[in-house]
Amino acid sequence: MTRLFAALALLIALSGPALAIQPDEVLADPALEARARDLSKGLRCLVCQNQSIDDSDADLARDLRIILRERLSAGDSDTQAIAYLTARYGDFVLLKPPIKPVTWALWFGPAALLLLGAGGIVIGLRRRKASDGALDALSDPERARLAAILKDRDQE
Amino acid sequence: MIAEIGHYALILALVIAVAQSLLPLYGAARGSAPLMAVGPSAAIGQFAFVALAFAMLTQAYVVSDFTLVNVVQNSHSEKPLLYKITGLWSNHEGSMLLWVMILSLFGALVAARGGNLPPSLRARVLAIQGMIGAAFLAFILFTSNPFLRVFPPPADGRGMNPVLQDPGLAFHPPILYLGYVGFSVAFAFAVAALIEGRVDAAWARWVRPWTLAAWSALTLGIALGSWWAYYELGWGGFWFWDPVENASLLPWLAGTALLHSAIVVEKRDALKSWTVLLAILAFVMSLIGTFLVRSGVLTSVHSFASDPARGLFILGILILTAGGALVLYAIRAPTLKAGGLFQPISREGALVLNNLLLATACATVFLGTLYPLFLDALNGPKVSVGAPYFNATFLPLMTPALLVMVVAPLMAWKRADLAGALGRLKLAFLAALIIAGGAWAMKGGPILALIGLAIAAWLVVGAVIDIAERIRLFRVALGDSLRRLMGLPRSAIGAAVAHGALGIVVAGITASSAWHAENIGVMKPGESVDIAGYTIKLEQVGEVDGPNYRARRAVLSATYAGKLVAVLTPEKRFFTVQQTTTTEAAIHTTGFADLYAVLGDPATPQAGSEVTDSGWVIRLYHNPLVPWIWVGAALMALGGGISLTDRRHRVGAPTRSGARIAQVAKA
Amino acid sequence: MKLLRRYQLVFLLPVIAFAILAAAFGVGLYLRPDVIPSPLIDQETPAFALKPIPGRDDAGLSAADLKGQGVTLVNVFASWCVPCRAEHPLLMQLAKQGVRIVGINYKDKPEDVTAWLAELGNPFAKIGRDDTGRTAIDWGVYGVPESFLVDNEGRIRHKHVGPLMDHDIQTTILPMMRKLQK
Repeated sequence: MTRLFAALALLIALSGPALAIQPDEVLADPALEARARDLSKGLRCLVCQNQSIDDSDADLARDLRIILRERLSAGDSDTQAIAYLTARYGDFVLLKPPIKPVTWALWFGPAALLLLGAGGIVIGLRRRKASDGALDALSDPERARLAAILKDRDQE
Repeated sequence: MIAEIGHYALILALVIAVAQSLLPLYGAARGSAPLMAVGPSAAIGQFAFVALAFAMLTQAYVVSDFTLVNVVQNSHSEKPLLYKITGLWSNHEGSMLLWVMILSLFGALVAARGGNLPPSLRARVLAIQGMIGAAFLAFILFTSNPFLRVFPPPADGRGMNPVLQDPGLAFHPPILYLGYVGFSVAFAFAVAALIEGRVDAAWARWVRPWTLAAWSALTLGIALGSWWAYYELGWGGFWFWDPVENASLLPWLAGTALLHSAIVVEKRDALKSWTVLLAILAFVMSLIGTFLVRSGVLTSVHSFASDPARGLFILGILILTAGGALVLYAIRAPTLKAGGLFQPISREGALVLNNLLLATACATVFLGTLYPLFLDALNGPKVSVGAPYFNATFLPLMTPALLVMVVAPLMAWKRADLAGALGRLKLAFLAALIIAGGAWAMKGGPILALIGLAIAAWLVVGAVIDIAERIRLFRVALGDSLRRLMGLPRSAIGAAVAHGALGIVVAGITASSAWHAENIGVMKPGESVDIAGYTIKLEQVGEVDGPNYRARRAVLSATYAGKLVAVLTPEKRFFTVQQTTTTEAAIHTTGFADLYAVLGDPATPQAGSEVTDSGWVIRLYHNPLVPWIWVGAALMALGGGISLTDRRHRVGAPTRSGARIAQVAKA
Repeated sequence: MKLLRRYQLVFLLPVIAFAILAAAFGVGLYLRPDVIPSPLIDQETPAFALKPIPGRDDAGLSAADLKGQGVTLVNVFASWCVPCRAEHPLLMQLAKQGVRIVGINYKDKPEDVTAWLAELGNPFAKIGRDDTGRTAIDWGVYGVPESFLVDNEGRIRHKHVGPLMDHDIQTTILPMMRKLQK
């Protein structure tokens, strides 16, 4: 219960009335603004969870968008601007987690699964080919019976 | 009194569900026909009582019975009638009741339409359905009872979250639940088959229509949810890779794989243990989604208020259902005989590849959604996994699947001629090249978007070729082709429609992601801006009254090439009961693009300025092809529906052999 | 026969994977997804210098005020924040026990916070006004209230997210302060 209360309280504490990006935040330089938009799409709004600061209407998200634009205007590279935020909030703010030992399973898991699955299928097909004759002989009458049953059903 | 009837009906339904889960199972083991016959009547009885409870709760909402906590917390006497009714499932308790009602509906349908199933299989399927029903009825009664009273009753309710006061709420949850819960039938069939130790073509035929129905509903439900988010949340986005959205995608991916592997079981008697596993997993994914949404282990913009006690209960249900089924699988699956052999280049081979890709995609979404939880549970660092991860992993996995799915229907079973199949797709190649080239000439890129459009054309034209080949269009007389079309199995037509429709979805996602335009600015009445060839002028900003809100409404005129094409009226609504504001976007669609307008706050006056009317924040978006996403998804669901009408799938039609079996069972 | 057994092990994989998953879910029910660990722990406090609240005579707050002053509890608060009101009596009690508490007043109106402190009492040795919220962001604050323990050398040693409850103070804050004071 306290946990629920705290979570709700936090949500209430920082959600402002604004709606995502406001006109007064937009930078005059379109190239810089485009960079800022791109970066902010990959940064997590900490209070609203699972939204990027680009989508979020929370007050803190707005502050972070403005800070990001200030850093870029001051000549920061993309990496430097991101580092400015991770120094304060940790990797948690990155919607695309960096590749580190703790995220190896996340990043390489899908490829590993695909290869394992493909390997399993190849081995399975080979094995079945090897035992081809035996299996086929066994299942043939069964299959014939099955086909007969199905045909019977189809005709009705 | 009404509440007591509802409460009592739920208790009765639970008792019946317990009987339904035990007696037919015992009867099937003992070969006792009377015990097995308990299954159908219990399933129908369970549905009747859950439906009665549901009707009673609906009645309490309609008459605003504020002696019920649930009604107090989620309704208000001044709410329009539609939202009084939909308010029932806008909250945890009510939506759980809807969930269970749909579950028992499926049980009743299996009972009513399963007359031609072997009695022991039907008894076991209904028993499994009964167990799931009993578990969730107990969950409702013990942790989430919507019929609890409050004393003294307050004068009025607290109302519903205004974001939910939208017709979308009337359709999205019920249809989505039809999908989630519909997979319970495939699950029950899988477990029953494992108990019997027999999976064959007939089994695949029985499972397929239920899977098709669930899959179609889930497709439609997800699309409705995405559409709702698009027009209601006011950001112009349609998919956010949020945990709750992912939770609906997981059973969809597993269910899609199941639909395809079940074909192989039916036609070629192969992939049996894999198909049974998928049938289990599709429903387990639904249950995991329910757990994630209602337990609070992951935070999401959509989730219900969380409560660890409920989470623990659902986890218990999950462990019993999924754990039990998978233990049974580990014991029985090795005894299932492998069936027909095939070459790697064959229809089976293509379907296996499709399954591999879909399963990996499902696992990837699963991994990304739960990775933060896994790390946290291992006391590791906290990470976020968001859209950039899913875009980087999911799309590369789906791309080959999209390429292969056009070729597969043109390949023969057992051993296919790949070059021949590709040769017949020449036109699709050409179409893909032309579309990509045309887009390049018009827009110049990005390259990924060109690839996306090429794939879309490949899918749509490929589906047309599939049908044209089957009816030998232009190779025989047109009349002959038409006759062939009428004679085609409905499942072939349905598959082609669904595959082609996916192409439409891909086109919509690609174009709206790559080429959407936006203009966020301050406008004063009389001013205008240009976006994507339109000139948008702010005519005026006024105030209007709704049934239970006050709204500020902007009137924007959109002109294209000097002609007025639309008047957009975005609103900002203030709901007095909840003291909250919602934004209502205004959308003008041409079918090829949406013009999307949102009214924001009054612009902050400059410091020291005396002017109060400094203009309004207006957000304008132009989203090309975005309606195609939902039209395409609806067509996919329609394709599923067409397949469902295939005569092979009319399992319910009383057949002679079915009637015979029933008679034997009774004797 | 042996080969067959090994082959059958594959069918155990789903249930094993599910067991791991269920265990993670079980642990997950008791985790707090809303609390994000700070990368600033054991780091020196960010450099900052906050002005006092206009109309009050406290001296403002800067990084220098957190060095060589023993262990300090830094509390980020606002008069508009409801949970802050809930934890305030505990702060008063701590201040009475001699704990040095300083406040960072987050995005607040001077008259509001003055009235708030007059009503509920002032537990803070010093208060800095963070009207832009920038200092709070430098501290990695993502919601109010948040509290930090800073040691004698001016390093952040602990962060608490959300309102402090009696339980937190007894089991974490006070024991940690005692340890740091040694």
